[in-house]
Amino acid sequence: MILIVAEHTAGKLAKATLEMVTAARESGREGPITLLVLGQNVAAVATESAAVADQVLVADLPGLATYNAEVWAAATTQIAQEGEAHTVIIGGSRSGREYAPRVAVKLDAAYLEDATKLSSNGAALQAQRYTYLARVTETVEADGLVVVTVKPGSFAPAAPAAAAGEQYDVELSLPAPRVEVTGKSVEKSSRVALTEADVIVTGGRGVGSPENFSRYVEALADNLGAGVGATRAVVDAGWRPYAEQVGQTGKTVQPKAYIALGVSGAVQHLSGMGKSKNIIAINKDAEAPIFKVADYGIVGDINEIVPALIEASRK
Amino acid sequence: MNILTLVRQVPDAEARVKINAQQVDLDGATLVIDGMDEYGVEEALRLRESGANVEQIIALAIGPKRNEDALRTALAMGVDRAIHVETDEKFDAVTLSRVVAQVAQAENAGLILVGGQEADWDSQALGAASAERLGWPQLTWTNELKLDGETLTGRHDVDDGNESFRATLPAVVTTQQGLNEPRYPTLPNIMKAKKKELRKDDPATYGLTSKVRTVGAEIQTRARLNRMIDGKDAQAAAQQLLDLLRNEAKVIA
Repeated sequence: MILIVAEHTAGKLAKATLEMVTAARESGREGPITLLVLGQNVAAVATESAAVADQVLVADLPGLATYNAEVWAAATTQIAQEGEAHTVIIGGSRSGREYAPRVAVKLDAAYLEDATKLSSNGAALQAQRYTYLARVTETVEADGLVVVTVKPGSFAPAAPAAAAGEQYDVELSLPAPRVEVTGKSVEKSSRVALTEADVIVTGGRGVGSPENFSRYVEALADNLGAGVGATRAVVDAGWRPYAEQVGQTGKTVQPKAYIALGVSGAVQHLSGMGKSKNIIAINKDAEAPIFKVADYGIVGDINEIVPALIEASRK
Repeated sequence: MNILTLVRQVPDAEARVKINAQQVDLDGATLVIDGMDEYGVEEALRLRESGANVEQIIALAIGPKRNEDALRTALAMGVDRAIHVETDEKFDAVTLSRVVAQVAQAENAGLILVGGQEADWDSQALGAASAERLGWPQLTWTNELKLDGETLTGRHDVDDGNESFRATLPAVVTTQQGLNEPRYPTLPNIMKAKKKELRKDDPATYGLTSKVRTVGAEIQTRARLNRMIDGKDAQAAAQQLLDLLRNEAKVIA
């Protein structure tokens, strides 16, 4: 069987889970598509999962109330072994890429990380993935038992299957978590999440100040129903929270339109947004590297162009 | 307690990467110690300087001969000695974690520091896979770290924000920006580093077989339109851009 560990937040199935189901369907691997739901009070998630999977395994346990790498790795491994899974698919979120390697080691499986495309070549599962700060696309393959993480945004969300899958409760023996969480700060945003947004407006240092960031980047994003992104320089300067950072050390995004305001276009930033369908850059420096990857570019002053854009986009 | 710090040698972020016969060809590229790993080297030094009971800091690199440069950089920054498992063969991160785990045990390491994501593989797996092989907990994407006796505390990034944590050694910590500002090796330290031990290990002794094969590589640059709009007249430029987004790219309503 193909085992997928469902990602969910606040009682709802994440879009990433539907993308993983598509990845499983496109992988060419045989057997029922099985969603594993780990958590506490996850009945609603399990029902949502049943719509897209052949079967759903539900572990609704107090020990799974909060994510922990060792616990998640143990739970996934146990189910993969009991179900004789040949393919384990895990989300390419920060947590997914944290515990998936542990699952691969426990299962003595090959690990294909952050796949953007999956296919079968005889007995081998082939994956495409980006390397060298997303400048190269490599094709890698492995035989037999494989653990795969899937890069968010790379596959279309799956449509419901013809018939809802059966749900089964599973028993797990979980290890005690050894990392104690002593505090948590959740970065909330009323806007659409960066990894799910069709349009993203991102500001760089060229925006000028935190005030300008609100006045221009946030205002334009709100007009367009877009997510708000920031460069590392802006986050390092304390203008914006880390949750908004796009790039090598922040989020990887691939929206339909990425509007970069005052962004110079360092390689590390490009590695996080270079796969966007359309890139629009506005910068007063005509030599800024961002223009080399832009579909549409305006060389001009943010202070003049963006207010005009905000005004015109209101009409 | 000994700290093991892992270093990879990767192309400079600005270096042009080329492909030859379906493989990444680094010939002629400027290569540097991976920036993410450098945070790990720096943090090991700072933990010792802050009074933690750190006996030795050992840097480990696995890869071709030229990796000696990355190890010399770590030695010049202040690590005590280095181990180089020299190989030209390409191994994936989960396979390489076998070496990390064996070296950590042989060297009596209680803490492993490694970059959160290596700039050549674009992989986050080495720290986690090494932790699993050793049966240790892991803390990833760490941007604040303290060591008091055997207790690690700090802060790290998670899916939806960040967490403060407490854990007991031994552990694996993956490092990233914000953790520290890596020091530049001074000339006297560069000279001293030449005399420090850089041990060569035979990869055969670690029994490595990669389960993952690379079958192709290509530079993927999406063809971009590069349509430039004159920004001198802000109103006209804004209108033109919106028209293009609505009617040509069809990305906004």
